[in-house]
Amino acid sequence: MTRLLKIVSCSSLRFFLQMRFLLLFSRQGKLRLQKWFTPLTDREKKKVIRDMMMLVLARPARSCNFLQWRDLKIVYKRYASLYFCAGLEDHDNELLALEVLHRYVELLDKYFGNVCELDIIFNFEKAYFILDEFLMEGEILETSKVAVGVSLEEADTLQETMEEYMSKPAY
Amino acid sequence: MSPSVPLQEMIRAIRSARTQCEERGVIQRECATIRAQFRQADNEGRSHNLAKLLYVHMLGYPAHFGQMECVRMIASPRYSEKRVGYLGAMMLLDEKQDASLLITNSIKNDLANSNQYVQSLALCTLACMGSAEMCRDLAPEINRLLRASNSYIKKKAALCAVHIVRKVQDLGELFAPSARCLLTEKNHGVLHGAVVLITELCECNPESLELVLIRWCQCLVISGYSPDHDVAGISDPFLQVRILRLLRILGHNNEAASDAMNDLLAQVATNTDSTKTVGNAVLYETVLTVLDIKSESGLRVLAVNILGRFLLNNDRNIRYIAMISLQKIVGTDHNAVQRHRGTIVDCLKDQDASVKRRALELSLALVSASNIRSMMKELLSFLSSCPPELRSQTASGIFIAAERYAPSQRWHIDTILHVLTTAGGDVRDETVPNLIQLITNTSELHCYTVHKLYRALHNDISQQPLVQVACWCIGEYGDLLLRGECQEMEPVQVTEDDVLDVLEAVLQSHMSSPSTRGFALTATMKLSTRITENVDRIRSIVSIYGSCIDVELQQRAVEYNALFKKYDHMRYSTEWLGQRFLVFVCSTFVVQSAGLSPPICGFPQVCDLLDLLGGSEPPLQSSPALGSTAPLPVGTAGTAGGDLLDLLGGLEPTAIMTVLLSVFSVAPTVSVYDKDGVTVTLSCEKQSDSGLSITLTASNSTDSDIRGFTLQAAVPKVCISSSFSFQVNLKMRLRISYTSQGSAVQDTVQVDSFPGLGH
Repeated sequence: MTRLLKIVSCSSLRFFLQMRFLLLFSRQGKLRLQKWFTPLTDREKKKVIRDMMMLVLARPARSCNFLQWRDLKIVYKRYASLYFCAGLEDHDNELLALEVLHRYVELLDKYFGNVCELDIIFNFEKAYFILDEFLMEGEILETSKVAVGVSLEEADTLQETMEEYMSKPAY
Repeated sequence: MSPSVPLQEMIRAIRSARTQCEERGVIQRECATIRAQFRQADNEGRSHNLAKLLYVHMLGYPAHFGQMECVRMIASPRYSEKRVGYLGAMMLLDEKQDASLLITNSIKNDLANSNQYVQSLALCTLACMGSAEMCRDLAPEINRLLRASNSYIKKKAALCAVHIVRKVQDLGELFAPSARCLLTEKNHGVLHGAVVLITELCECNPESLELVLIRWCQCLVISGYSPDHDVAGISDPFLQVRILRLLRILGHNNEAASDAMNDLLAQVATNTDSTKTVGNAVLYETVLTVLDIKSESGLRVLAVNILGRFLLNNDRNIRYIAMISLQKIVGTDHNAVQRHRGTIVDCLKDQDASVKRRALELSLALVSASNIRSMMKELLSFLSSCPPELRSQTASGIFIAAERYAPSQRWHIDTILHVLTTAGGDVRDETVPNLIQLITNTSELHCYTVHKLYRALHNDISQQPLVQVACWCIGEYGDLLLRGECQEMEPVQVTEDDVLDVLEAVLQSHMSSPSTRGFALTATMKLSTRITENVDRIRSIVSIYGSCIDVELQQRAVEYNALFKKYDHMRYSTEWLGQRFLVFVCSTFVVQSAGLSPPICGFPQVCDLLDLLGGSEPPLQSSPALGSTAPLPVGTAGTAGGDLLDLLGGLEPTAIMTVLLSVFSVAPTVSVYDKDGVTVTLSCEKQSDSGLSITLTASNSTDSDIRGFTLQAAVPKVCISSSFSFQVNLKMRLRISYTSQGSAVQDTVQVDSFPGLGH
């Protein structure tokens, strides 16, 4: 089987899911989280954020969760006061992307206990840590909710242990 | 985990700022503090400071001074600092920044750390912002981790390898063997990463691998209920979808692989529960895979049927993706998609804009000769209620479909008129000349068309394309309108005053564009030859525009006025004025019937051409020409924009045609005028049994521009004894006038010998 996978990959034939970005913003247009899976300049990022807010916030309730923007598919879902918005490549499975967004919300909920927007505002770095345990390079890292929860807990314990070890005053 | 109090205090302070200005003040103060603290070498609250800075960055304020702090924090031995440092690196650094290279070493060290969470931080950051150089440096490390570590690290290393391969394709070979080993893992996370990695590596298909791979996929997909990975009754849908996507690549353009996976795909398609979105996501991926590989026809039908079921689903999202997929296969599996046409057309009435758009595209692709009437009804009703951004697409789609599949001329004209009345502002510019062309060619419907257009104009003069066509038509066929009778519609009495009222309203309306006014003025002028009583009214309308600000309108008005003054006696010579304008067969100087013709120069002299025809001219009566019994119906030839007002008068087309036909065969050229660098050459070509085309080509070889070049030609009506006789004395007189270097030139030339015609 050494012959296997001795393959030359050619970039012209790409079928892959790649989530290009994931944004969280409120109904008032305040950004709460931004994760970029492809390199973009600051200016480009700002443009994307502006466009996404404009497009998504203008949508009436109960409309289709999918949009077309430039050459990307945009999948968005509203949870309470937050919009979760992901940009996908053309060949992607939008229904699965909806599931991915939902899974992320479930993970947040489990971690914070009945998560609301304020949790994400005041603990934004934790939201990132959770995201980094779930998605990487625009792909799903771990498909089991339990496994993600376990690794988060362990990492957090690690943090406290270190701080205690350094004998810093606890806040 | 205890929250970071300093961070939360700052956030609270920022949020309580009531104005943008206040917020900026708070942030500036905080940033100053942070900057000062960064400069201190040893500092306990470093992670808190960086976290604050990252929050400020997310609000949109500049935070580049934190980059070096990130680099320092990453190198720190404390986990909490590393964590925030890496987060900062992912947010503030990207591969374009120089500072990113500085963390390569830290990442390398951390990849070898004994603690898996430290390793995972490094892997995550590398996958997020690793540049090509960093990837090259660290690839061997990643490869090592792929083989010999626990599953937590393996899954992260797999996706990190994916990033490396996406950045530097050549490194794919490095990871190939390790990827193979990963497939034997039980852990779903690792499997998922492995499938992604293999998908990324797979472009050419390894022959014997597929069968093993596919059988492996089969076991995985069907068996194994794992409560951990279950989502609403579907076992690990994320992994299933990933595997299906890998199968898609393996089967693409590969018969053997596609055969091997047929059963598997059929099984997944039939067994997946489709009541929840998750199940539908897996089904959707299955359908995409089936349609992309070389599947057998039964499987394809199954896939299209699944899409058909999706179309009937209550969930809008599902209907939307069904239409996207159907759009992709409408070219190849047209009949299969046609079966669902009814549902697709119903989706046009959906409230949602995205669904409407997809339904429109798909409906336009499904129009065919057999369903054109019913589809057009639906599309027209959609046009009247569709959102504005879709109108122009709908209008052009309707035009294309109508042109291709129109069952009858009348239907075609009706459809175009309907579109113009509903969405006149959104059609493209070439619609007007196209429609005029179409009307001209449908001679039997002139009466019907002019009546219909008159009524439409009467109702609404705001839609410019409609108004332009209507004005042109009224000018052309105004007499049919005034006659009142029409076979296809109920007759309505239209008086000359009514018609002139409408045209005047167009001229005066502020909604009319300059070109529309041009149309209306010309139409008014043309009517002067068709109506009998209100000539004075026309004259007064036209003369008003003699002092119009718009130069084009002014010029036309002045010229028309001159016509009134000098050549009024010609007006009622019914023989030549009653005729329609002919398209003289000389193609070069026929003005396009767009109605946007340039103003005619030397207009008042046009009637002098009748003098040209001098002595050899037989009386101007419509005597039937020999060799052809039925005269051509009046009004067959299209008009030369109406501005070349009856250049040739009542010359029967038949006379000319029979004279010229079958006598000329080949197209030699002869020069008929050559003076001062301006040359005109003539060549004849027999086009068909009853037509001949003479091409006059004018060229300017001087350095300066020639302005206002006018070429007028006249041919006498000739009585001949036999159409095949060569004893024909055909003459042509040409009047050429132009302005060159400020001076006007006018010449008359007589052409006695035509190439190919013997004397």
